[in-house]
Amino acid sequence: MGQTLTEKIFSNSLGRVVQAGEIVVVQPDVVMSHDSLTPGIIDVLQQDFGRNTVKFPNQLVFSFDHVAPASTVGTAENQNKVRAFAQRNNIRLFEVGRGICHQVLVEEGIAQPGFIVLGADSHSTSYGAVGAFGSGMGSTDVAAIWATGKTWLRVPETVRVLITSRFQPGVGPKDLALKIGRELTISGATYQTIEYHGLDWMPLHGRQTLCSMAVELGAKAGIVPPSGEIRRRFTVPEWLFVDEDAEYVRTLEINLDDLQPQIAIPHAVDHVVDLSTVAGMKFHQIFLGTCTNGRYEDMREAASILEGKQISDQVRMIVTPASSQELLKATQDGTLATLITAGATITTPGCGACMGRHQGTLAKNDVCLSTGNRNFKGRMGDPTSSIYLVSPAVAAASALYGVVTDPTSL
Amino acid sequence: MSIIWKFGNDVDTDQIVPGRYAPYMRPNEDVGKAAFIEAHPEFNKLAEPGDIIVAGENFGCGSSREYAVLALKRRQIGAIIAKSFARIFYRNAINLGLILIEAPQVVDELSDHDLCTLDLDENRLEVGNHIHRLPEISPFAREIVSAGGLVAYIQTNSRLPGE
Ligand code: SF4
Repeated sequence: MGQTLTEKIFSNSLGRVVQAGEIVVVQPDVVMSHDSLTPGIIDVLQQDFGRNTVKFPNQLVFSFDHVAPASTVGTAENQNKVRAFAQRNNIRLFEVGRGICHQVLVEEGIAQPGFIVLGADSHSTSYGAVGAFGSGMGSTDVAAIWATGKTWLRVPETVRVLITSRFQPGVGPKDLALKIGRELTISGATYQTIEYHGLDWMPLHGRQTLCSMAVELGAKAGIVPPSGEIRRRFTVPEWLFVDEDAEYVRTLEINLDDLQPQIAIPHAVDHVVDLSTVAGMKFHQIFLGTCTNGRYEDMREAASILEGKQISDQVRMIVTPASSQELLKATQDGTLATLITAGATITTPGCGACMGRHQGTLAKNDVCLSTGNRNFKGRMGDPTSSIYLVSPAVAAASALYGVVTDPTSL
Repeated sequence: MSIIWKFGNDVDTDQIVPGRYAPYMRPNEDVGKAAFIEAHPEFNKLAEPGDIIVAGENFGCGSSREYAVLALKRRQIGAIIAKSFARIFYRNAINLGLILIEAPQVVDELSDHDLCTLDLDENRLEVGNHIHRLPEISPFAREIVSAGGLVAYIQTNSRLPGE
């Protein structure tokens, strides 16, 4: 019988045939943690495990992205603690400004097709964009991997999402990610992997958008079968292909011919409606960024709409590139100049305002259109503020008029 | 006697502890003080050790922040009884030894501020003179929780759970 990609990746890691439902102990290829949680993981290792060294330094990667550069003495001290620990243990660390962990690990070729990549961050599902099994864990689980090199996992069942046709103009991967959320719901894939089929044509950045949002449906992982651009940019192991007779718990079909721009309204990621439902609504801030939609292509898309125009003086637009490389690309072809000329401001690459800690925290009753992945109550600031999740195209079109605007109507 | 604090569906980790109250941001503050600080100020002020959280589907969805569990642990919450739990939250709770009980049949019969007595050895919850039977915690989870959490489990057994 055929296997899902998840079963194949676990079978390869363990050197025996593994099936969904089994509890296995694996040695992950990569274990990532960022500035927000690494200080606490160091505490668990030192205080609870009573150790000062990690089992496999090469397995670990640190990134500084959540509050980077530091915004308070507390965060600055915590970052120094991580720097010292990384140096003592010889662990790779990506400094402030390099970018969001999930983007950097892909750019640096650390996350590879067929790998098991675990992170102390729920959006570690993102690594499925390159055909890895990526999943998030908490601090104690990660500390245990630092100490032993291994962890236990239940091999998840898989939901298949089958995509047909191509995007209409003005509609893109974020609309698809929101639409899948609308269909599967916020807990619709709990404990499961989502495999996205029919996307051989989709470039890497679109796959990253989809996979980052898999966790919003409760999923343990999200994987796009590595094809097209992934095969050109990465080495895909010969065993990592889709078996036609693999067993899926369910299949969801989505035809892109019918897909309109989508928007997630407060305060849940699956409160998704067609954009037209809220067109004309006023808001205060636009946040273009995050591991879901802060890449060069996202900035490029926004710039193509803002080219030669001015954003409304009723709103502010904050652009936070996902990484220094994405920022650099945007400086080289004029994308950044277009955004700045239109009135947007650019912040340091990283998570920025996504968690409401800095660089765009929301005040009471502020309304934000965000290209991010979570619209939970109070996530970006005061609990009376609200977040609407949109694509970069919707963000840019809305910036022009200061009200929610359908980019397909421009 | 403990008090039941009843919540709805999809209680996310940003509600349990907003990112702005993370230990990373406030290294010298007890994260327990931030439990539901904005989403449920009454719970934040009045919840006592031993109190029980009762919730609908998908409790703890969202981020991997273990301090959401830690905050409830510091408040010495007796258990969380929900229709279902989000994956990472469930794992974090087992690892820190916080009791989670998935009991979809029972949740609708319990009300906010009910007084109750939880008996984990007998898997039962007494509310007034009504006794609710609770499902067994999975043996795999119980093994880790009774060892005192993941770290204690590994230290005692010199191996990982499932190994
Ligand atoms: S951009 Fe937002 S969702 Fe992505 S890793 Fe950073 S804080 Fe998390």
